[in-house]
Amino acid sequence: MTSPALAEPLPSSVRKPGRVKSLMTTYRVPLSIIALCLLPWLLPSKALAVNVLIYGVVAVGYNLLFGYTGLLSFGHAAFVGAGAYITGIAIGQFGVPWYAAVLLGVLGGGLLAFAIGALSTRTRGIYFSMVTLALAQLVYYVALQASSWTGGENGLRGFTVNKINLLGYDINFLDPVNKYYVLMAFAALALWVVSRILNSPFGAAIEAIRENERRARTCGYNVERTKLLSFTLSGTICALGGTMSALHLAFVPLDSLHYHASGMIVMMTLLGGASSFFGPFVGALVFLVMEDVFSLWTSHWQIIVGSIFVLFVLFLPKGIWGTFLARFVR
Amino acid sequence: MDTELILMQLFSGVALGAILVLTALGLSIIFGMLGVVNFAHGALFMVGAYAGLWVASLTGSFWWGLLVAPVMIGLFGMLIEYFLIRPLYGRSIDDPLLLTFGLSYVLVEGVRIVFGTDGIPFPTPSALTGVLDLGVGFFPIYRIFVVGVVFVVVLLLWLGLEKTRFGLIVRAGARDPTMMRVLGVDISKVWLLVFGLGVGLASLGGVLSGPMRSVNPEMGSLVLAEAFVVTVIGGLGSLLGSIIAGLAVGIVISMTALFAPEMATIVMFALMALVLLIRPQGLFGKLA
Amino acid sequence: MTDIRNITKTGISRRRALAGLGAGASLVAMPWIARAADDIIRIGFPTPLTGPFAAEAKDQVKSAELAVKQFNDKGGINGRKIELLVRDDKLNGGEAATRTLELIEKDKVHAVVGSLSSAVQLAVNEVTRARGIIYVSISQSDTINEVKDFSKYTFHEALNPHMTAGAVARHSFKKGSKVAHLVADYAYGHEMLRGFKRAQAEIGAETVGEILHPFGAADYSTFMPRLRSMRPDFLCISNFGRDQANSIKQAVDFGLKQQAKIVVPVILHNQRLAVGPEVFEGVVGGANYYWGLESQLPSAKAFNDAYRAANGGAIPTDYGAYGYTGLSSLLMAMQVAGGTDTDKVIAALEALKYDVAKGPQSYRKCDHQSVQSVLVLESLKKADMKNDADLFKVVANEAASEKVLRSCTELGFPA
Repeated sequence: MTSPALAEPLPSSVRKPGRVKSLMTTYRVPLSIIALCLLPWLLPSKALAVNVLIYGVVAVGYNLLFGYTGLLSFGHAAFVGAGAYITGIAIGQFGVPWYAAVLLGVLGGGLLAFAIGALSTRTRGIYFSMVTLALAQLVYYVALQASSWTGGENGLRGFTVNKINLLGYDINFLDPVNKYYVLMAFAALALWVVSRILNSPFGAAIEAIRENERRARTCGYNVERTKLLSFTLSGTICALGGTMSALHLAFVPLDSLHYHASGMIVMMTLLGGASSFFGPFVGALVFLVMEDVFSLWTSHWQIIVGSIFVLFVLFLPKGIWGTFLARFVR
Repeated sequence: MDTELILMQLFSGVALGAILVLTALGLSIIFGMLGVVNFAHGALFMVGAYAGLWVASLTGSFWWGLLVAPVMIGLFGMLIEYFLIRPLYGRSIDDPLLLTFGLSYVLVEGVRIVFGTDGIPFPTPSALTGVLDLGVGFFPIYRIFVVGVVFVVVLLLWLGLEKTRFGLIVRAGARDPTMMRVLGVDISKVWLLVFGLGVGLASLGGVLSGPMRSVNPEMGSLVLAEAFVVTVIGGLGSLLGSIIAGLAVGIVISMTALFAPEMATIVMFALMALVLLIRPQGLFGKLA
Repeated sequence: MTDIRNITKTGISRRRALAGLGAGASLVAMPWIARAADDIIRIGFPTPLTGPFAAEAKDQVKSAELAVKQFNDKGGINGRKIELLVRDDKLNGGEAATRTLELIEKDKVHAVVGSLSSAVQLAVNEVTRARGIIYVSISQSDTINEVKDFSKYTFHEALNPHMTAGAVARHSFKKGSKVAHLVADYAYGHEMLRGFKRAQAEIGAETVGEILHPFGAADYSTFMPRLRSMRPDFLCISNFGRDQANSIKQAVDFGLKQQAKIVVPVILHNQRLAVGPEVFEGVVGGANYYWGLESQLPSAKAFNDAYRAANGGAIPTDYGAYGYTGLSSLLMAMQVAGGTDTDKVIAALEALKYDVAKGPQSYRKCDHQSVQSVLVLESLKKADMKNDADLFKVVANEAASEKVLRSCTELGFPA
């Protein structure tokens, strides 16, 4: 029997990607790094650029779970905060050198992600989102109560890093340009790690789970273990973002653990596009610049940001970068 | 610790629980019937409080505010469902949650623009001021009134769902919307009304809470968290679950206040996490 | 509602013009576009223009601008004009730190004044002290006085909870008074409680009970039965903002005002407006400023008149006054120092004696705390209010003295 003639071209999700798109995908990490190098010169301030770097990393890490595995966590601020607090406490109270503190922050955040992930991946669907929210709020309240460690409501301070010693050179960390490029190195590392994860068989597995969990299970994937691993890796990357934030601001606010902060991460990811690698980074950039610029015009910037978000959910679910890729990049 | 104090504490726990029940009902109904987690629930509660205040200031009477505001905001809820939520049906179940999350920012800021950022006084209606001597202690008459209103509302809701034809359609639609369509029922109209009802309940909670707490644009944030906790513990979509869970949480918070009051909010979230891990569908809910 | 365009008059126009080109403007605002001549004195002013304290923040901006205008009208400092750069810190420490970094690195401010919440002031402090920028904090907190957060560049112009709680206690409690405490469970609440207890010990009043409530709680009904059972003479509520409004309202609902007198460490102008005269009637609390002082103090009258003239007859609020006193003390010191040389300004601030709105003030050397008078106010009942702004009666005006502060050694400074 003759198969129906394929008169129309296949939809883009099935079609083999064209030249530009496959080049972009292969070289996504170097291209991203080039973009990041130029960033501080394109934005109104270096401090804003560093924030974009930080939240870009957080959003890309979060997207590993949300966009690629299909799980909406509403508690990822806990891992960002954990990374920040652990780094700050290590430097401030234990005198640990900055690079070791960063490592501790990342590991600590990853461990917390493993713990919360182990508990929350036992649930499904909307319950998963609610468990992550509840558990993250618990972390918030614990941090509030443990004020002798965390500073409680006042936030953690007293761990300013003035200069760092990198490969024998003393770098003035207070200089905004130096700070940016040092932190950019971390961001580049994070992007590279995420890209490798996505390219690996594990990356295929999480996308399979996102598309159809039952079928993935039938194919022999250990769904629970894969979800947990994705959760943990995603939380670890977010924790790295947190340690970067601690180094940048020399301060860890308690609010960074609140569900509003988690919500902000979700908003950024969606704004940029959850279906692409670099989308969340774009989302973080746009969100932070919007916030910065709008709050200069009016103290009611929240209504603008909220409305834009609602419009995106309704009409541009692929996000800015996702829509751009779908339309213009073949 | 004398028994009088414990009894009094139990009573205030039940009264607190009644308020939690009211705020949770709206959230639970919307999820149960539409599968939508309304993250704007707290913001709508707050809008209800402001609407009640506005109507009361126009008419000079709290009672008009109490009657008119929930209907007004309920209708507004229907507009939200029609224009914002309906386009999302068929897409990922997370989308309505995300949209209502963004919507809550819009509503809160909108209220700030119209009414200002400060709190506004919401005077207790003169007929209900004062305290009642319960024997074991004194309790504000207004709060007892609120418990009464919640009781009546729950009763009406139950009667509506169990005894009327519309209630039958709603319950059946919750179980199997496709079948309802096959049977010729316009399910979209049902969803519209149910969403409006849920929002109306939230705003009723707001109007009732006005005289008890200060009315300000941020008042919905904590209410949202409380409503989530109660709904999850009771079971998303279960009326009975919301009622029992609301009362239980109120009593737990109240008893915690006797021994370790600063832990009251932590206990709430810990309880929620515990229930979700042991029995994610809650006490009376259905598994996703 | 006024938006930011109506608030800031100085220095925002070029930035706005650039930003007004839309998102693309962010690409255009290259950092190397030179700002106007380097002889303008730029002062950063982070304040929570969004969030629950937006009203207080806007008052602070208006007062701060008044101070700047007064100095500019007299020819500036050494001929140099002063520019106030207002930024929204969104009541969030992370935002505040970012804005402060921008103010220092991009806008090249010579000093920073501001902050409302304790966390925000500490965040700003971390940034300014690492970079040697003068910071005059106007946030009420005990923490900034302690040696851990101290820096020679930081000055604390606002009152702290220890001072206000102490003043209220001294003017309310008597020997043998029974005091019940309802305290918000966070640093600020504990600081207020400590201030009360210290004063109580001196007076001979006893604590009959203490309940800590979760910070941000909306419902206090579960604490009321226990508080009643303590049968106190005074109910002392140590919290802030909406928590204060809610807890006082509910205490009154539960009939506690018949039983005990309600006192608070800081009685807030805007919370009184938010809840109404009936609820607040008879409540006693501390404050840094109240416009009603003008009948007693010429400097208050001068400030009020200038504020009224600049703001269409409106009166300055308690928090609003901090914008004026904080900025004035800095500008006066800069005047003495002849410019913005950091060490000279610090020396000038440490030696400064000023009276701009509320009586004589000066900075204590060890912790840079502004020693100043503390007001004790009682909220008037509706029938006694002469007009809508007549909210409080000044019960006492405790004169400025270092004795009401915690000692330098207690704060951790070397003797």
